[in-house]
Amino acid sequence: MKKLSLFVVILCVASFTFAQNDRYIAAMKSNIAMVDSMMLKKNSAELANNFERIADAEKTQWLPYYYAGYCKIVQAYNEPDNSKKDAIADKSKELIDKAEAALGKENSEIDVIKSMIATARMMVDPQSRYMTYGPESADYIEKAKSLDATNPRPVLLEAEGKFYTPEQFGGGKDVAKESFDKAKELFSKFQPEAELYPTWGNGALQYFLSQYK
Amino acid sequence: MSRSLTIFLLLATNLSLGQVKISGKLTDNHNKPLPGISISILNSYDGATSDSLGKYSFTTIEKGEQSLQATSAGYKSFEQKVNISDQPILLDISLKEQVTELKAVVISAGTFEASDQKRATALNPLDIVTTASANGDITSALKTLPGTQQVGESEGLFVRGGTASESKIFIDGTLVNNFFYSSEPNQATRGRFNPFLFKGTIFSSGGYSALYGQALSSVLLLESIDLPEKTSADFGFSYLGGNAGLQKLSKNKKSSWGITYSYVNLALVYNLIKQKFDYFKVPVLHEGDANFRIKTSATGMVKYFGYFSTTNVGFRNQDVDSLNFKDAFGLKNFNMYHNLSWKEYLGKGWKFNTGVSYSNNRDDIENELQDHNDKKQVINSDPLYAYKNFDVLNKGRHSNAKIVFDKRLNGLSAIRFGAEYNHSDERSTYHQYDGSQYYQRIKENILSGFAETDIYVTNNIAAKIGARAEHSQLIEDWNIAPRVSLAYKFPDNSQASVAYGIFYQDPESKYLPTRDALHFAKATHYIFQYQKITSLRTFRTELFYKKYDDLFKTGLTNGRFVAVNNNGFGDAKGAEIFWRDKKTIKNFDYWISYSYLDTKRDFLNYPFGIEPSFAAKHTASLVLKKFVTKMKTQFNASYTYATGRPYYNIAFDDNGGNYKLYDEGRTKDYNNLSLSVNYLPSLGKTNAKAFTVFVLSLTNVLGANNVYTYNYSANGKNKVAVTPPSKRFLYLGCFISLGIDRSQDAIDNHL
Repeated sequence: MKKLSLFVVILCVASFTFAQNDRYIAAMKSNIAMVDSMMLKKNSAELANNFERIADAEKTQWLPYYYAGYCKIVQAYNEPDNSKKDAIADKSKELIDKAEAALGKENSEIDVIKSMIATARMMVDPQSRYMTYGPESADYIEKAKSLDATNPRPVLLEAEGKFYTPEQFGGGKDVAKESFDKAKELFSKFQPEAELYPTWGNGALQYFLSQYK
Repeated sequence: MSRSLTIFLLLATNLSLGQVKISGKLTDNHNKPLPGISISILNSYDGATSDSLGKYSFTTIEKGEQSLQATSAGYKSFEQKVNISDQPILLDISLKEQVTELKAVVISAGTFEASDQKRATALNPLDIVTTASANGDITSALKTLPGTQQVGESEGLFVRGGTASESKIFIDGTLVNNFFYSSEPNQATRGRFNPFLFKGTIFSSGGYSALYGQALSSVLLLESIDLPEKTSADFGFSYLGGNAGLQKLSKNKKSSWGITYSYVNLALVYNLIKQKFDYFKVPVLHEGDANFRIKTSATGMVKYFGYFSTTNVGFRNQDVDSLNFKDAFGLKNFNMYHNLSWKEYLGKGWKFNTGVSYSNNRDDIENELQDHNDKKQVINSDPLYAYKNFDVLNKGRHSNAKIVFDKRLNGLSAIRFGAEYNHSDERSTYHQYDGSQYYQRIKENILSGFAETDIYVTNNIAAKIGARAEHSQLIEDWNIAPRVSLAYKFPDNSQASVAYGIFYQDPESKYLPTRDALHFAKATHYIFQYQKITSLRTFRTELFYKKYDDLFKTGLTNGRFVAVNNNGFGDAKGAEIFWRDKKTIKNFDYWISYSYLDTKRDFLNYPFGIEPSFAAKHTASLVLKKFVTKMKTQFNASYTYATGRPYYNIAFDDNGGNYKLYDEGRTKDYNNLSLSVNYLPSLGKTNAKAFTVFVLSLTNVLGANNVYTYNYSANGKNKVAVTPPSKRFLYLGCFISLGIDRSQDAIDNHL
């Protein structure tokens, strides 16, 4: 009897935690499904809040903080008022730092977001901030590449950067093409490390590739 | 068994029981809806983001007593216990605004602040070097801002009816003496320091904080750069000379060191551009600096900057008293400056800034009366000419130490206090025409203490209240100076501020020593400001009234003009407007400033209250900058206009035993149009090892015959216009930076 009760308790706790884990995965999946369309729907702020809620409830998971940081920096990109960008980037930095702390080690995907944060800060006042944030953004892209050579996202970011840089400054459509092709190749081979891991970017890549047709 | 199962089932069903809706509205304390705010049940996934009307709604499966929380940057976090059963919950929430740097009013009366973080107005290094009229000189660029005068006959910042000596310059909090190259007769020398040494420039034209003293008119606060982004080597060439430098960043990016050296020889320039003076020693300058910067913690930093320079120059000019003679002036200067500063956050809202600086300056001046064949003339029979042969050796040592403690209180409110010590020791050895030697030494020690508090009542109302006490050993006097400013922010984010303050200053050492008892000269400032700043546009207007009391008057003692009493007085009132716009036209940045100044004073040898010779009634500047991406070229233009300034012949009347005004007049209006072009051929070449910038600038393009003032002969019968040393000035240079794409930096390194 005693053994049986213990078994029931274990079963009970296990099923509870299992249910909890199920809920986590379900909640993450439903939000991750919305990530790809947030650029168009302009709901990145709301998604960032959703991920942050999950993150704050879980605390030990790095992915909710990671996605929250990602959505937040997309919100900064979309923010038309330059004077508000810094505060949003600060929040993104805070979230991505928490993701890194939860993971406990360096990660290519996290450096991708750090590069985006530097770029967002540069956009506030490119002329006077280029010197500080231009190299910082490029450094994180390089670091992201070196931490995981199969990750297509740093290559995509680099390509986008070149695409929007005027030809006179060493950028332009033609220069970017090579990098987009490289990103395409990486995306076709890319396998996420586990469930819920980042896969975003292919939609953006297809958009840019369509510009060459 | 069955009981355990029941519990298990109960638990399981409990988890999947019906969901409960929670909804309501989020507002701020003025009942304005707050969109985009996250609201959630603590430690659960359930929550929502408020919509554009501040409304939120979500369902939850949580039950029992839970914590509902709403958080947003700029507001105090809201948390409330709710008991969730099976009934929907309606909860309207009002968030309290937090006082934050982003939203709070800025206490700004009298101040032009510019740095990357606080992007108010004014000038960063790039703004300075791309101001066409500035030629890479910090204070010349500041002369395009309201409140400053276009004085060209001597160096320094003449602000709102004040003399250059009433403006003090600080680097990382400590006073800089000899900021400008040593004075030469009838011309303004440049500032010694490269604009790229500083990340922030704060120019206060009045009403400044109790942290600064011994300046009746204005302070210029320069904040040196932190660690460089990367290791780099820089070279520059121009037809004036060359420079080379190295900045090394450590591998862990926690420390750096750097050195630069530059050499300037104006021989070629003076051959090509006709100079008013006849140079028998063409200016030659050797200059070097060294720095190190160490991060002592995540937030702390120690910085050292050291500088030395030697100059050698000599020129002849027509003597004002006789057409038969020339004055030959020779100057050898050695200067060094060291600045060591340390800032650290101590935790619990405390931080401190401390620094020491030391400068040593030596001017070796020789003056000769010469004839047409450049032969020395000794005419001991006539004192007027006899005294024109002399030499003087001035040695000055200045040290400054300062510490400021800062304690952050609630929100942005803070208290600040500290102490400052200034020591100066100036020795002068003068040889008059007959060889007799006069030696004098002026030592001054000023000890100051100060305290101030920033009080942010809400994001919209703030006050800064402070006081400063100073004691001068030299004049055996002490003072206490209150400073107050208030700022109010309107709903459209524009703001109004007022400032009031009393400022004291000791006498300039050139009017010392004296037998008479002196006390501090005093200025009282009243400033009203209205400004509206958005990220790409600035509008600012200021009204001010400044009252001078106890200004120093000079008299003749033992053949020297020295300060004799504090009977001088004066006032200045005016209005200023500044408008900067980077928004209207893409890649086009311009600013306009206008100053109106109405001032009179009685000081030094003025016989009574008159408009001072360094004050123009109307001054206006227009600065334009346009970057053309296709050409990789930036085009800059600036135009400055000032109405004529008064000039006087004031001389000592031996019969009356006082000064008399023998003649007066007004110069014609001042005009200067300057153009400059920066060409960056390697811009964007990502693989380029070297980054190159070409600079071409031309001042006074239209060739206006500007007159700064007039010098009178001793008998008052002859007056000679003081004009710029050359009508136009052309600069052509090339700068190469290796190792890092320092595009902006390279535009002007040691221009």
